[in-house]
Amino acid sequence: MTARVGVVTFPGSLDDRDAARAVRRAGAEAVPLWHGDRGLHGVGAVILPGGFSYGDYLRCGAIARFAPVMADLVPAARAGLPVLGICNGFQILCEAHLLPGALAHNTGLRFIDREVQVRIEHNGTPWTSGYERDQEIIVVLKSGQGAYLADAATLARLEADGRVVARYAGASPNGAAHDIAAVANAAGNVVGIMPHPEHAIDPLTGPGSDGLGFFTSVIRALVAR
Amino acid sequence: MSAGGPVTAQAQPGPGTVDTVTAAAATPQRPQPYADLGLTEEEYRRIRGLLGRRPTDPELALYSVMWSEHCSYKSSRMYLRQFADKAPPVNREAGGALLAGIGHNAGVVDIGQGYAVTFKIESHNHPSYVEPFQGAATGVGGIVRDILAMGARPVAVMDALRFGPADAPDTARVLPGVVGGISFYGNCLGLPNIGGELSFDPCYAGNPLVNALCVGVMRHEDLRFAVARGAGNKVILFGARTGPDGIGGASVLASAAFGGGEAAKRPSVQVGDPFMEKLLVECCLELGVAGLLAGIQDLGAAGVSCATAELAAGGGSGMSVNLDLVPLRDSSLGPAEILMSESQERMMAIVEPQHVAQFTAICARWDVPATVIGEVTGTGRLEMTWRGEVVVDIAPETAASQGPVYDRPAARPAGQDALAADDPARLPRPAPGELLDTLLTLLSWPDLADKTWVTEQYDRHVLGDTVLAAPENAGVIRVDEQTGLGVALATDGNGRYSRLDPYAGAQLALAEAYRNVAATGARPAAVTNCLNFGSPEDPEVMWQFAETVRGLADGCAFLGTPVTGGNVSFYNQTGAAPIHPTPVVGVLGVLPDVRRRLPLGFRRPGAGLVLLGRTGEDFGGSAWAWAVHGHLGGRPPAVDLAAERALAAALAAAAHDGLLAAAHDLSDGGLAVTLAECCLRGRPGPAGCQVSLPGDPFTMLFSESPARVVAEVTPGAEAALAALCQRHGVPVTDLGTVGGDRLEVAGCFSVALDRLAAVRAAVLPALFG
Repeated sequence: MTARVGVVTFPGSLDDRDAARAVRRAGAEAVPLWHGDRGLHGVGAVILPGGFSYGDYLRCGAIARFAPVMADLVPAARAGLPVLGICNGFQILCEAHLLPGALAHNTGLRFIDREVQVRIEHNGTPWTSGYERDQEIIVVLKSGQGAYLADAATLARLEADGRVVARYAGASPNGAAHDIAAVANAAGNVVGIMPHPEHAIDPLTGPGSDGLGFFTSVIRALVAR
Repeated sequence: MSAGGPVTAQAQPGPGTVDTVTAAAATPQRPQPYADLGLTEEEYRRIRGLLGRRPTDPELALYSVMWSEHCSYKSSRMYLRQFADKAPPVNREAGGALLAGIGHNAGVVDIGQGYAVTFKIESHNHPSYVEPFQGAATGVGGIVRDILAMGARPVAVMDALRFGPADAPDTARVLPGVVGGISFYGNCLGLPNIGGELSFDPCYAGNPLVNALCVGVMRHEDLRFAVARGAGNKVILFGARTGPDGIGGASVLASAAFGGGEAAKRPSVQVGDPFMEKLLVECCLELGVAGLLAGIQDLGAAGVSCATAELAAGGGSGMSVNLDLVPLRDSSLGPAEILMSESQERMMAIVEPQHVAQFTAICARWDVPATVIGEVTGTGRLEMTWRGEVVVDIAPETAASQGPVYDRPAARPAGQDALAADDPARLPRPAPGELLDTLLTLLSWPDLADKTWVTEQYDRHVLGDTVLAAPENAGVIRVDEQTGLGVALATDGNGRYSRLDPYAGAQLALAEAYRNVAATGARPAAVTNCLNFGSPEDPEVMWQFAETVRGLADGCAFLGTPVTGGNVSFYNQTGAAPIHPTPVVGVLGVLPDVRRRLPLGFRRPGAGLVLLGRTGEDFGGSAWAWAVHGHLGGRPPAVDLAAERALAAALAAAAHDGLLAAAHDLSDGGLAVTLAECCLRGRPGPAGCQVSLPGDPFTMLFSESPARVVAEVTPGAEAALAALCQRHGVPVTDLGTVGGDRLEVAGCFSVALDRLAAVRAAVLPALFG
């Protein structure tokens, strides 16, 4: 049976089609989920895509967290549903308190679109199980508010628990604390990542296909269940 | 929600007593502020003649924006006819059949497999000087709505930018604002920015050029037109509410040269909301798929005036509109202000009555406000009411297409011959030992420096179909994931060449964009253009304009690439000094399979390098003459369109046959700059080369003869390439090989790529932070 992965579209979501394409390339069915609808339509995992949900007005992700679909997504995530938030999706997961910390303006205060190298440091999540630990991959960072921040105690806990999923190799391009590019919740099923793995699935349109592992990993996890 | 419903009283009364058609008939002698609205006395008299009475104030507002230079093309129209009159026969091989040509919101080109592409470039120069961030942002928003109005999904944007001197204090204000505005709007809208241009010249100080291009893709059957037909069909205004944005923007900002007082004009610049535009895009596409659009028009300059007049005129129908129903952000707006408002993110649709409920349901799903404000009538009149009184009653075509047309005096500039006689041959040339210094000077010149500081602020990856983006020769977008069908787009324009000879300059701009598209392996198919000039009331500017249009129309006819649409921006001058004539030409090409596209960076150590094309002594207007000597004079490079056509055909065939691994056109700075760019753009990392030059090294390295590219040959394909080029009549010169980490020119210099990269990369960050 084909794994089914939901991709939520909020008003202002931009990379939803790209996330769906990556899911299909990895061999699963991409199920569109609408922000205003309740229910997750029986999907085995959910992706919150990049973009500017609700125009990023008020604060990135702050309005999206109150969307009707989130009322079903949050408890499901707490119960173990694999959820990946990419860029704006990461911001939404932080606003929804599924992940600790917050995303702040890049140092330099400018939007950056750049191919970046990140190191996968936690491959115990359903989204990263296909990578070797410390494997370096090239993905696309494109964001204006991508600097991961958290208080010192939270950062210490994330480090101690091994919940830093990916770290920028070399200097952080946006001022992220501890060069953090991606983090997971304690259970590992919820992952937020600032750069875009879905834009690194084909050398024709991206830096390579290093990002496909996020999508093949979760499909393997779903099929194994 | 019905146009015939009761009039909703506004919370506050409008400013003063509203002028009605009845009042206008009763008070024929009342003085009216036509001059303040940018109309001449003659134009005012003409309006009175058309109406058989004086216009009401709302009518006067409507005519003033519709007859402004910006909307009516009154000074350029008689020249622009050449683009249609000289239109070449369709180039079937490239696709290229026009499904919609000049006169629509944007031209539409058949690219095969049932797909069509629409693209257009438009200026937002004056607003971007007054308020750089919002001016540039709304420039992107406006051109995207033009594409949307044709029924296409917008898939990419580009921007061609010109600023004053890079180190001028005002450039430090304008450039970061413009780039930030494009970044903000385009990124939030989710459209990849795939290329464009950035250059600097003192002539653009106070007159920056911000030309935004958008390209959209549709299936043939999705094509829509701006027509209102079928009496009883509803007129729906949807998108953002109407506010006091840009009131008088079209006529005040775009039609009057700056003479001080810019601060007072600031409220005239519109404010953009890309989030609303994103909703509008998705909403419009869903409305189209559902078959609910009998007609559609975007609201840009001249807002409701333009949309209603053009829809009614386009459909040969009448229309009645109740202005009380227009949703307002500022309830104190009167009818004239509503008609002139340039509030962004609005569209107007013509919808059959039985579809209105479904239409509004789709809009509600996307949180897009939609209001029926009127209906199509069979009267042939555009009638508008306000608080129960008729305030507009005109024949729509008098506003939309029967504006004044001026044959303005044109005169060859007095100094033109002296300029042409000032040949750069008199300039001292570098000795062989100084050639590296010349190259380093050019690479640290802002026009030729690394543009990453700018392009990194633009999202080039969103939508996942970007195959090539800046700094590549052209942007390449995949259209069909299965077949690999795609399009390539490039814009080019060199104001220095055009200053020396506007006829040749237009053809050189066309040739460069055409060559850039061809260098990716695409077949050039169609052209759009944005013509940026000084005041049309200056006969010397008018001569430059006339020569430019003639040159571009002749060039397009020769190359078989029709002009599908474009835009004219006049009054780019401060005081008596106009900008260089600056035609920005966009060329669209078709790639049958984007997997065969050619990147510009060197790829394989040991591979052979060739120069395709012939090098002559072309230094007039060159980067070397200007950047090194501050000299602008002589003749621009010799145009050879037959050579361009042969080169493009050879490149397409070579790309298709897999004979080339990379290609890069030669333009500003000549072969030396091209080689440096190819090395630094190498994949997977910078790739050096060793070349030896036939002939005079300085001429070979820095001449700007057109119709040339450097190419990396697929190993083993050397003989096949030579035979192919011979068939096409394209000269091939062996230059050397790819390899190492230095750029080596035998007998001249050898320089580490790290050094070239550092020189180029430092320039813009040092200037702009």
